[in-house]
Amino acid sequence: MDTRPTWQDAGSSFFDLVRQQEPALLPQLTAEGVEPREGLPPVPAGTTVLALRYRDGVLIAGDRQATEGYQVASRRIEKVYAADEHSAIAIAGAAGPCIDMARLFQTELAHYEKLEGVSLSLEGKANKLAQMIRGNLPLAMQGLVVIPLFAGYDRSRDEGRIYKYDVAGGRYDETEYYAIGSGGKDARSSMKKLYRPDLTEPEAVRVALEALVDAADEDRGTGGPDFIRRIFPTLKLVTRAGIQEVPEERVAAECEAILNARRALPQG
Amino acid sequence: MPLPYYVSPEQMMQDKAEYARKGIAKGKSIIAVEYQGGVLIAAENPSASLNKISEIYDRIAFAGVGKYGEFERLRKEGIRYADLKGYAYGREDVTAKSLANAYSQVIGNIFSMEIKPLEVEILVLEVSQGEAGNEMYRISFDGSIADEKNYATIGGQAEELKLFLRDKFKAGLSLPDALRLATGALEAAASQKVKAENLEVGVLERARGVRKFRRIPLAELRPLMEGEGDGAR
Repeated sequence: MDTRPTWQDAGSSFFDLVRQQEPALLPQLTAEGVEPREGLPPVPAGTTVLALRYRDGVLIAGDRQATEGYQVASRRIEKVYAADEHSAIAIAGAAGPCIDMARLFQTELAHYEKLEGVSLSLEGKANKLAQMIRGNLPLAMQGLVVIPLFAGYDRSRDEGRIYKYDVAGGRYDETEYYAIGSGGKDARSSMKKLYRPDLTEPEAVRVALEALVDAADEDRGTGGPDFIRRIFPTLKLVTRAGIQEVPEERVAAECEAILNARRALPQG
Repeated sequence: MPLPYYVSPEQMMQDKAEYARKGIAKGKSIIAVEYQGGVLIAAENPSASLNKISEIYDRIAFAGVGKYGEFERLRKEGIRYADLKGYAYGREDVTAKSLANAYSQVIGNIFSMEIKPLEVEILVLEVSQGEAGNEMYRISFDGSIADEKNYATIGGQAEELKLFLRDKFKAGLSLPDALRLATGALEAAASQKVKAENLEVGVLERARGVRKFRRIPLAELRPLMEGEGDGAR
């Protein structure tokens, strides 16, 4: 606690506070003495996370598998996090820094809200996340890439919104749907054919799961629905009323239905 | 070079205490009462935006009386302290006790080192998770810290409020009953009716998710204050 009378307001950002007072809690911010890798940082391996807009807001979802090289590291890792009551973050990249960034971002939003008495605007949250990714650039140059997909409900515009990022912290608005990770391209192709504006909630859940199943089908780094261990993708719905998780039983039933439909058409 | 005036430490402390007490006595008071589902905090506050009650962390709330700027600064520093600790360790490692101690150090230091003491009195409240009791700490302008049970009061009329609550408080109150007890005490101390618009009320609700603190908005406050004690909530 700062007790000096010549106290300067530390601002309302938790990220800045940690950087000033406890820098050891953040990943190393300089890459001094470390040779950057050749060429561009690699795209994150072994993940598919996606977001898509629908009638009531936005849906954000991800598979559950983490890989180490060609091995499965974890079958039930969580890649989609509620950032606050009206936004969620899904992350692709090196697992450790990813989980840290999600936790830091959650604290950042709650911290701001408590200090200021109001939540940040969705735009403000998206920009703050961009700064955090930029701060991670030196690590990214060494191969520990963190790239999130950010989705939330914009209460001033009354609609769901999706933001994607690049490794340098560039921030881009996505109008309909997007997916990132090693299976991101497959999920995008899938959504390209299935997506239409003004989807209802059950339709949006169906489209998201179709895309994740397609991604798991094409990409070895993405885990599909696992009926033996009962592990299924996680989906969150962000609407005006707040954020809610789609119950596992519902996801399981929907996955079952998708696979049954594909049994009739084995070529997919 | 002229010699500095000599003032005995006793005199200096007395003067500072008197100064701080006067400043605090000017303001309105705050009551915290334990009820069945958690802790209720009620403050007389005509402003809807300059809050006296606030969330610090998951299970911890803050209330301050005296100079707004001074307790607001303490509130913000408390949030920074709690968020940093919760991020570095774990969420359950942030406790009211350690926060109250930190406040006590800071306020005590300012009281003895600075020319002007802080004209504030604060409450740090924590709702219990399970069997263990709630925690309520009252920290005065000189950094002295007191551990309260059942109810806690701060501000100019803290003593009157305390006397009122000593007679009327019962364990296991419902939320509306606790609210009526708190407003009853404020009304008795001010000897006039307290209007819902002039009341700022927050609760630490044990049943809520991770973040237990919630402000009770005016629309919800009115029926709560007017309704009869049926313990509907």
